[in-house]
Amino acid sequence: MKTSILALGLATAATAAVAQDKPVLTVLTYDSFTAEWGPGPAVEKAFEESCACDLQFVAAGDGAALLSRIQMEGAASDADILLGLDTNLTAAATATGLFAPHGQTWQNTLPVPFADPNFVPFDWGWFAFVHDKAKLPEPPTSFEDLAASDVKILIQDPRSSTPGLGLLMWVKAAYGDRAPDIWAGLADNIVTVTPGWSEAYGLFLEGEADMVLSYTTSPAYHLIAEEDASKAAAPFTEGHYLQVEVAGKLAATDQPELADAFLAFIGTDAFQSVIPTTNWMYPAVTPAAGLPAGFETLIQPETSLLLTPDEAASARDAALAEWQAALAR
Amino acid sequence: MASRARPLTLPVGAALAAALLGAMTLGTVGAVALHAGTAPIGPADWSALRFTLLQAALSALLSTALAIPVARALARRRFPGRGLLITLMGAPFLLPVIVAILGLLAIFGRGGTLNQLLTSAGLPPISPYGLHGVLLAHVFLNLPLATRMLLQGWQAIPAERFRLARALALTPAAQFRHLELPMLRATLPGAFLTIFTLCLASFATALTLGGGPAATTVELAIYQALRFDFAPDRAATLALIQFALTTAALLAGWALIRDTSFGAGLGRLPELPAPKGWRKALDATAITLAAAFLILPLAALVARGLPGLTTLPQGLIEATARSLAIALASTALATTAALALALATARRAPGHRLYDTAATFPLAASSLVIGTGLFLALRPYASPSDLAIPVTIATNGTLALPYSYRLLAPPARALHADYSRLTASLALTPMARLRLVTLPQLARPLGFGAGITAALSLGDLGVITLFAGQTNATLPLYIHSLMGSYRMEQAAAASLLLLALSFTLFALFDGIGRRHAPA
Amino acid sequence: MLQLDHLVLAAPGFRLAADLTVPQGARTALIGPSGAGKSTLLNAIAGFTAPQSGRILWQVQDITAKDPGQRPVTILFQDQNLFPHLTLERNLALGLAPDGSLSPDIRARVEQALHRTGLDGLAQRKPAQLSGGQQGRAALARALLRARPLLLLDEPFAALGPALKQDMLALVAEVAAETGATVLMVTHDPQDAKAFADLTILVADGQAHPPQGTAALFAHPPQALADYLGQGGS
Repeated sequence: MKTSILALGLATAATAAVAQDKPVLTVLTYDSFTAEWGPGPAVEKAFEESCACDLQFVAAGDGAALLSRIQMEGAASDADILLGLDTNLTAAATATGLFAPHGQTWQNTLPVPFADPNFVPFDWGWFAFVHDKAKLPEPPTSFEDLAASDVKILIQDPRSSTPGLGLLMWVKAAYGDRAPDIWAGLADNIVTVTPGWSEAYGLFLEGEADMVLSYTTSPAYHLIAEEDASKAAAPFTEGHYLQVEVAGKLAATDQPELADAFLAFIGTDAFQSVIPTTNWMYPAVTPAAGLPAGFETLIQPETSLLLTPDEAASARDAALAEWQAALAR
Repeated sequence: MASRARPLTLPVGAALAAALLGAMTLGTVGAVALHAGTAPIGPADWSALRFTLLQAALSALLSTALAIPVARALARRRFPGRGLLITLMGAPFLLPVIVAILGLLAIFGRGGTLNQLLTSAGLPPISPYGLHGVLLAHVFLNLPLATRMLLQGWQAIPAERFRLARALALTPAAQFRHLELPMLRATLPGAFLTIFTLCLASFATALTLGGGPAATTVELAIYQALRFDFAPDRAATLALIQFALTTAALLAGWALIRDTSFGAGLGRLPELPAPKGWRKALDATAITLAAAFLILPLAALVARGLPGLTTLPQGLIEATARSLAIALASTALATTAALALALATARRAPGHRLYDTAATFPLAASSLVIGTGLFLALRPYASPSDLAIPVTIATNGTLALPYSYRLLAPPARALHADYSRLTASLALTPMARLRLVTLPQLARPLGFGAGITAALSLGDLGVITLFAGQTNATLPLYIHSLMGSYRMEQAAAASLLLLALSFTLFALFDGIGRRHAPA
Repeated sequence: MLQLDHLVLAAPGFRLAADLTVPQGARTALIGPSGAGKSTLLNAIAGFTAPQSGRILWQVQDITAKDPGQRPVTILFQDQNLFPHLTLERNLALGLAPDGSLSPDIRARVEQALHRTGLDGLAQRKPAQLSGGQQGRAALARALLRARPLLLLDEPFAALGPALKQDMLALVAEVAAETGATVLMVTHDPQDAKAFADLTILVADGQAHPPQGTAALFAHPPQALADYLGQGGS
């Protein structure tokens, strides 16, 4: 017990010491955003240069965990900003009544019109099936093509991961009422369903399947960070569903001006230019200097699909039931 | 004559430990239910319940059944590397789930070694996805645990009994029936129960290898309810169902678990006869197969991890130090509490059934429910980031306690049966009793239990995800975040580090226990 | 003086009544058929079995409710008289210091007791390294150190050969003489009773009979004893 008391003491002392002079802006976000290789450190440094404040990230698991954390904390939360929800969850987030309108006027460069009174986008990506070009030179070109092939895929569970939920919405947005048929057709292509993105991607890299559900930007990581050009995303003729990651201001924040300043900062190059090679997503506002070298090799889907938050929220339960019914056999 | 000279006093330590465990398990469910109420559950939940029970029962059955020949072979054979193999038995069980799965798939996966061999021999490949894959993984994770539990059973049969068997020239079959079968009857239900309850709470393994939503467990339903639906009422209801299942399993266990009634020996080393001929070949086969089944995936993990070792990021050191401190603190906590509970249960102190229940409940507890309950209960008093470390220590200690307890309970019962009268007649002081009798006599299970606790606590992702703030990532959380950022090679290297550390801690405590064990 | 005052011991299918007095310093044998309750009676006196009714008194003090360790009693069981993982020195020292301390003074007294019981030089041995006779001696050595006024023997030497058992009984007699202890010894062997005990308590038919002179009792055995001895009615 000594250790825990000591640790508690140290943690409290550390928090107290920092809190003395500067105002603190607390941003609740997901783990990999705050990691030393993630966008967090660079964003923190850049923002603190101009704000005369202390920007603190608090990490809370993944995107879905963020929403449940904020729901548990309610208005008593220490967080001023919540960063990392995606648009499949913003309807639920708005319904909590814990968020305040952002009032930002900067324009994003998303491939579809996007505006939400409570949330500003900070990055986005197209969902796509990623494969190894050498092992699968001619990947399927649509869900129907995939279902007809014997190509094996790994997907994530929509009940426990945001990409899994994204795929559910992708099929729904592309096929509407025909979605159950598509899932039934895909059933024998699915090697397995993993709880989260990292398990599926890990299994894919181990050679457990031909394709994995990820993002069109995934090959950029291998290309830029590992100098490995073997991976590619397969373009689908139905179009690709978007994941839009957003940030919002808590209504109960005790630093409303700082929070507004941070939401404005998200729209600037200082924030946006960090995103592509740390979060491996597209920036919400293309920086003046353009995208990093390597991004030009990525596929550019012609059709972008995105359900509005309300559509996504209302479609979810039925889509989930169809998915379970089609795959549970 | 089982009657007592006077009513036994309430064991304060055990009562306190049981109360804390109750608060950590049922109490946290209560906190969630209090916050949200309970909710009716739907047909999907029922089918999840059916699958959960099915896979848990089959996993426990297979693990314990396969452990019998392996433990028996290990008990009666001596060969170079035997000690190392027994120690290695701890390893799979201690791995973070996704790491263990990756190791297993390197051998049994669609692209694994086994399938490469099959394909080159012109045979059709096998797929490890489906119920059989879930069972494969659960047996991989739990066979070593079952083997170690049974091995302890074999080692606890007094040497005198084997001598007597030899003196009477009992046939191997007769010896099995009269000596080994009673031991198995006393040990198997506990091992089965432990693994069954453990597999009840399986989530990532079942889903990842289950091949689809048909392999949904109750734990996944809880995860979904808490994380995505934010329906804590449903989560509380499902968690209560898990506890009900555990209680039912416990009741069955009480009806089945018996003492061996072997009486005490003089503490000589067991002398199992080592028959020659086909039995020797059988033992050799059991040991070889088990060793290969355990070691090959581990070797694959080592091979995967080595290349990334030079590129590990800096933050890893801090995360590792934090994890070690947490592991040591929760080991001290869990081992002390498990000992208090096992001793109280052994002497059938007032409320012993309650202690037994309290010590088993954590097996069925969902760490997510514990975390959520603690979060809701403690949130008004402190900031989550400040609570992260203490809460993680308490939770890891709670979740690991049942293993220590299960290991301690049978020898504690035997110790009580054999020496409580002598101890009482000499009026030993409580400290002298602890120092001179209890600790040395229970050193082996204490060390083994502490090793398991330390390693589990090191590898457990547990509740820290709920509480972690800016500065308190643990090693498993760090690995998780590496994997979440495409850094699979570094994650593999960090996993190797975690594996090595877990194993070192385990071997350290286990070794201390074995060194201090009598004879 | 040990008094068993209207003592009744009961368990399912078992009942034993005792109302008797054993004079201080007496060496008393308990004899009777298996299952009659000889060991149970010793366990009750030692504090391991609670009586259904009645009292146990030592020197007119009621000890019925006392903890085993608080009674003026040393008991030697059939087995498990020594902790197998502790050295003889440790095992014996526990008789002097229940807190487990091992001071030079205690060591010296242990050494002396080992010498007294013919176990010189074996202080660092563990029980498993000793013969059965040596284990019995070690248990007696500890009884010597504890020097409690009541010494209860629950057939601790049953497994020893006749000659060795003779030695042990002689040693018990010495220990008893040295500590002034009153001895109660369970036995199933009339020879032991005759050789060792001046008084004998017959335990049979649910009754522990008051002690009688051993010689006189065996000279004119009552029916129950005659049955046990296999002498038919004479």
